[in-house]
Amino acid sequence: MAITPYPMLFGATLWEKLTAINGFNVVASNWAYFIEGGLVTLQLTVLSVSAGMVLGLIIALMKMSRWRLLSSVAVIYIDFFRGTPLLVQVMLFHFGILPIFIDSGPFLSGVIACSLNSAAYVAEIVRAGIQAVDRGQMEAARSLGMNGSQAMRYVILPQAYKIVVPPMINEFVMLLKDTSLVSVIAVMELTHRGKLLYSTTYEAAWVWGAVCVVYYIMTKTIAMMGDWIERRLATE
Amino acid sequence: MIEVKGIHKNFGRLEVLKGIDFHVAEREVVCVIGPSGSGKSTLLRCINQLETVQQGHIFIDGVEVTNPKTDINALRQQVGMVFQLFNLFPHKTTLENITMAPIILKGMPKEQAEEIAIGLLRKVGLPDKDHVYPAQLSGGQKQRVAIARALAMHPKVMLFDEPTSSLDPEMVGEVLSVMKDLAHEGMTMVVVTHEMGFAREVGHRVIFMDEGIIMEEGSPVNIFDNPQNSRTQSFLSKVL
Repeated sequence: MAITPYPMLFGATLWEKLTAINGFNVVASNWAYFIEGGLVTLQLTVLSVSAGMVLGLIIALMKMSRWRLLSSVAVIYIDFFRGTPLLVQVMLFHFGILPIFIDSGPFLSGVIACSLNSAAYVAEIVRAGIQAVDRGQMEAARSLGMNGSQAMRYVILPQAYKIVVPPMINEFVMLLKDTSLVSVIAVMELTHRGKLLYSTTYEAAWVWGAVCVVYYIMTKTIAMMGDWIERRLATE
Repeated sequence: MIEVKGIHKNFGRLEVLKGIDFHVAEREVVCVIGPSGSGKSTLLRCINQLETVQQGHIFIDGVEVTNPKTDINALRQQVGMVFQLFNLFPHKTTLENITMAPIILKGMPKEQAEEIAIGLLRKVGLPDKDHVYPAQLSGGQKQRVAIARALAMHPKVMLFDEPTSSLDPEMVGEVLSVMKDLAHEGMTMVVVTHEMGFAREVGHRVIFMDEGIIMEEGSPVNIFDNPQNSRTQSFLSKVL
């Protein structure tokens, strides 16, 4: 395998030692393969979190609705998606439910399963955020003459937003890691690529180690962005 | 202006109001006193329907508040409320706190609402605090902004729910003096309070409540200097 050495960076002897290790060569010659896998994972996560946020907000408002039918549907939805494993949900949707309606490839199935799952968690985050806003805020808004949705829009949601940001970042990180489960339906994301490379090279420590490093870089980046957003919100 | 007829209110099995009748005339200042848990705050909250009653009727300016067909949001615009814990909107500046309701509910242009708000801030003695967030204000300042916020809707009636109970003692005076000015301008006010000095000096009428009923009612002089009911006597002997 042809590898460009970086003697300035590592020093000639270290580089010679490393390239003598087969696992290192496997990882080093496949770095683009891992990065691409990471990008697929990131796409999967961003799409699922975005769809999950929209759907989650709707489900949260449904759950808090006075209309019993709406709140019951929301409760059942949340219970189902939080009470069963995502791995099983992925298989259920890809092999069982989605083929009835659409001819979806593994990536789309993965996005749908992850979105639906994430929405359940987001719904609880949003509901907790809204309910964490002091009761007096709603009373003050209503006593001025605002109706329920005006009070929600101008007084409650802007305050809930700040409360919801940290757990939402956490959900983003959790989902990024959980997308590894869609490897079971052969989506070419990071974990699946790790499986494939491992099965042809048997370099478990190097391959899975490299997979960990790519995941870690992504989760750390999201966490740092989250900290930045939180700091900015705090100073507002 | 306010007419309360035979209202009953219970939270679950606990009956908090056991048949309350009273009225407030236009430009009258009525102070409601009594021990904690006597139902005086609940009574106030029933008037603008933050609490619903199980029985009885409440009228404000001839409109029945307790009628489910009444547009309660329109009615609340005419009834200002000041809370014990201020309940200012922490994500808005004091100016935005005051202008929010007129802009959203009356469709008032921003400039006009701000002009009114600045006038109100001057009136409550905080002319230089317009671009400050509530967290940067003292308790007394917060409560004065809360009064300005309620006044921005030009209410016919102002309800005060223990407006000085969560203030440090040295800040009570500044809030009471704003309320006193308001009373002198002829605002119709119902004040639930533990400030007996204010009730005596500013109140036109004092209502003593205990255990969900009005025990005694009369002019401040009668209530404070010559209470007839034994409960009133024992309550006043403890607080005065």
